[in-house]
Amino acid sequence: MFTKSFIRGLSLATFALLFTLQAQAGLKIQQWQTTSGSLVYFVENHDLPIIDLSANFYAGSARDEKGKSGVSGITRYLMTLGAAGMSDEDISKQMADIGAKLGGDSDADRASFKLRTLSNPRESQKALEIFTKILQKPDFPEAVLEREKARIIAGLKESATQPESISSKAYMKALFGDHPYGLDDDGEPETVAKINVADLKKFYTTYYGAEGAVIALIGDMSRAQAEQIAESISAGLPKAQKPAPLPPVTYPTAASEQHIAHPATQAHILLGYPGMKRGDADYFPLYVGNYILGGGGFVSRLTEEVREKRGLVYSVYSYFMPMAELGQFQIGLQTKRDQSEAALALVRETLAKFIKDGVTEPELKAAKQNIVGGFPMRIDSNGKILDYLSIIGFYHLPPTYLDDFNQNVSKVTTAQIKDAFSRRVNPDKMVTVVVGGAE
Amino acid sequence: MHLFKLRSLSISLLTGLCFSSLAMSAEIQEFKLDNGLKVIVQEDHRAPVVVSQVWYRAGSLDEVNGKTGVAHVLEHMMFKGTKEVKAGQFSRLIAAAGGKENAFTAKDQTTYFQQLEKSQLPLSMKLEADRMANLDLSDEEFAKEIKVVMEERRWRTEDKPQSKVNEQFNSTIYHVHPYGRPVVGWMNDLENMTAADAREWYKNWYAPNNATLVVVGDVNSQDVLKLAKQYFGVLKPHALPARKPQTEPEQTGERRVIVKAQAKLPYVLMGFHVPALQDSDKDVDPYALEILAGVLNGNASARLNQNLVRQSQIAVDVDAEYDMIQRGRHSIFVLDGTPSEGKTAAELEAALMQEIDKIKTGGVTEEELLRVKAQVIASDVYQRDSMFYQAMQIGQLETANFSWKILNDYPAKLQAVTAEQVQAVAKKYFNKDNLTVATLDPQPIDPNDTTPKGKPHVH
Repeated sequence: MFTKSFIRGLSLATFALLFTLQAQAGLKIQQWQTTSGSLVYFVENHDLPIIDLSANFYAGSARDEKGKSGVSGITRYLMTLGAAGMSDEDISKQMADIGAKLGGDSDADRASFKLRTLSNPRESQKALEIFTKILQKPDFPEAVLEREKARIIAGLKESATQPESISSKAYMKALFGDHPYGLDDDGEPETVAKINVADLKKFYTTYYGAEGAVIALIGDMSRAQAEQIAESISAGLPKAQKPAPLPPVTYPTAASEQHIAHPATQAHILLGYPGMKRGDADYFPLYVGNYILGGGGFVSRLTEEVREKRGLVYSVYSYFMPMAELGQFQIGLQTKRDQSEAALALVRETLAKFIKDGVTEPELKAAKQNIVGGFPMRIDSNGKILDYLSIIGFYHLPPTYLDDFNQNVSKVTTAQIKDAFSRRVNPDKMVTVVVGGAE
Repeated sequence: MHLFKLRSLSISLLTGLCFSSLAMSAEIQEFKLDNGLKVIVQEDHRAPVVVSQVWYRAGSLDEVNGKTGVAHVLEHMMFKGTKEVKAGQFSRLIAAAGGKENAFTAKDQTTYFQQLEKSQLPLSMKLEADRMANLDLSDEEFAKEIKVVMEERRWRTEDKPQSKVNEQFNSTIYHVHPYGRPVVGWMNDLENMTAADAREWYKNWYAPNNATLVVVGDVNSQDVLKLAKQYFGVLKPHALPARKPQTEPEQTGERRVIVKAQAKLPYVLMGFHVPALQDSDKDVDPYALEILAGVLNGNASARLNQNLVRQSQIAVDVDAEYDMIQRGRHSIFVLDGTPSEGKTAAELEAALMQEIDKIKTGGVTEEELLRVKAQVIASDVYQRDSMFYQAMQIGQLETANFSWKILNDYPAKLQAVTAEQVQAVAKKYFNKDNLTVATLDPQPIDPNDTTPKGKPHVH
């Protein structure tokens, strides 16, 4: 039934077919600037009666001060809990009444706000009105701040008992040291306790300026409507200077290994190194290479060695998190505590071999087949496209980023992967954190 | 491979996984092959992709004591090779076709899926049909994979205090019904499971007449049917083991369980036995319970969050859940929450009960009802942005022995629920004798004692 040649034949044939499909899969991204200097990325699509948009600011936790870490995240969150005289209850009731969804997130680089609404004028106008007030007229009510601080502190104290959070916190600190990427975006119990309304207002007026903010829109609206929406969001944002670039991340000068005692049945192991930036010259070799190392789900080398061959873990992975500055390259796994040392040694050996010997041609071919062939799934929903538009705008990636993606992947060679990894990841200077595990 | 925890695979207003509308489901086509395989296709031409899912009516619901977790273990083994496709090759072939794939096991079913560029659908069908009938379940692969599953259990349950509470809660609220058993299985059962147990499970339940193929995407229904006939049509059906009716006797008194684990904050989980959907035309209570869950927890201004997190600030988190679609025809209405620092689980439990009592005595307002219904309408549109969710809805209904056609009437059924009906279900089911409460009693971590708590694992 399944002869080897059949399989090989099928995948080759479809691989060729995919390249022709990609050519047609291009998204028509429209791009302009508002009069207040915000950058707008727009895809018009009337398939569904939905409007999705996001507003993105250079207001992530890397902008926090060490003694007041948590201000960035609380500012973003509090904006959604009181604006232009509306209480948190008013905002959530009015949004719910029209079925609109308010979302958003913040990481080290970026604070984002998302809105999904039906495109009917009755719903969309109301939703946009509230969304705009949240961005332009946040009230930062004192009582709400105190309430949310208590919740955040409770969450932080809870996290401090759980092995997954303990390992990730220690790891970020070890990897980034005093660089702001080492700050916990939720803050610390002591720093959150000190945050007051004035801190939030100052952070807002400093980092939520119209200039450079990125507004992404997709869905059931015309270009004229999108222009009008973006213009009105942008017009009322603070007049602020564009934030200065972040300091560069420095590489560790020596390896470090930290063991933190914990009674959990599994050891939680993290290894890392400063990885790459958005738009990095080595982006594609590192991205494709990592697919082979530990990014490709069930077919990566780490999964093969640690899980499939030996049954040591349920999950083992590696990834690069590209950021404005060097984001992390991380390998993570959890394993029964008495086998933590064996598993860690195996991971180190697998990584060292990967860096020393590079990847094989068949591995590279398989990686490209998956990444290139899987491209249509990256942009098969408005929700996914919105996230791409936000990232492209926020990190000033070329507007043709998606159009060029497959070609850039296809061009990667085994030599480039070996070269990029050997220059960018030094296995002798990595940061290692083990929570729990063998004494 | 992912395992959906007992309560995480929910069809409810709250998770956004809502039923779809008439307009959408008008394009659904249903077929049945001669061997009993049901094939359901929904054309969605928004992007050149396809989601293909094979749903087996084989979940923890069908397990027996001593062999809990076998449905999920078999799910893992399904990637370990057939006579023609060697261990690990399934994943490699799908990956090389640009696909994403995974599987998950729940109470009611085991589901395998691929997401692919549309021209790759034949590959997915060929491989799924192959492993439906030809799994080569070797002792050697089993010995490795059962260790992986035990690691999965450690990660999901053993070291997560709230998961442990959830597990104990389920085994307390259900004394008889198999929904009381953890999907991942008890550790002792995993430690004693053999390849023969997995083979028996496969032999019993993996057959075209116990499966549904759901395909959503940029496809033509007739083409999909043709492919299904080509690949699955040759498989032979076989008689399935008899499924004995399993019912939970009426609960006649409050039940409580306490779980001690290392944590900072307590946690409380409480639930009542309530009906699952039995007859989608005649039933009223399940729809009223769904609306009630929405009133309590359907949005940030819903009662629990507004009253307990924002106003009294007794909790840092609260939740309410109800799933009406259950193959086991039994459901529970669950409330849970984490008390604020300085508040106890008992105080939060009392506050949650007070919210329940307010519904029982004062009912719900028209405003609240309209708000929940507005969200039903909006979610109904939003979920069309995800082919995967649309396939999930169809598969879940079919596997639970309902027809996907009830999707058509679902929004109207919810719209028809009245405030009186919502109050009536609260009065009918939310009484103390029908209550089960599980609480987490958080234990400090002693830095000098790093030995794992609980029963040591004997090998």
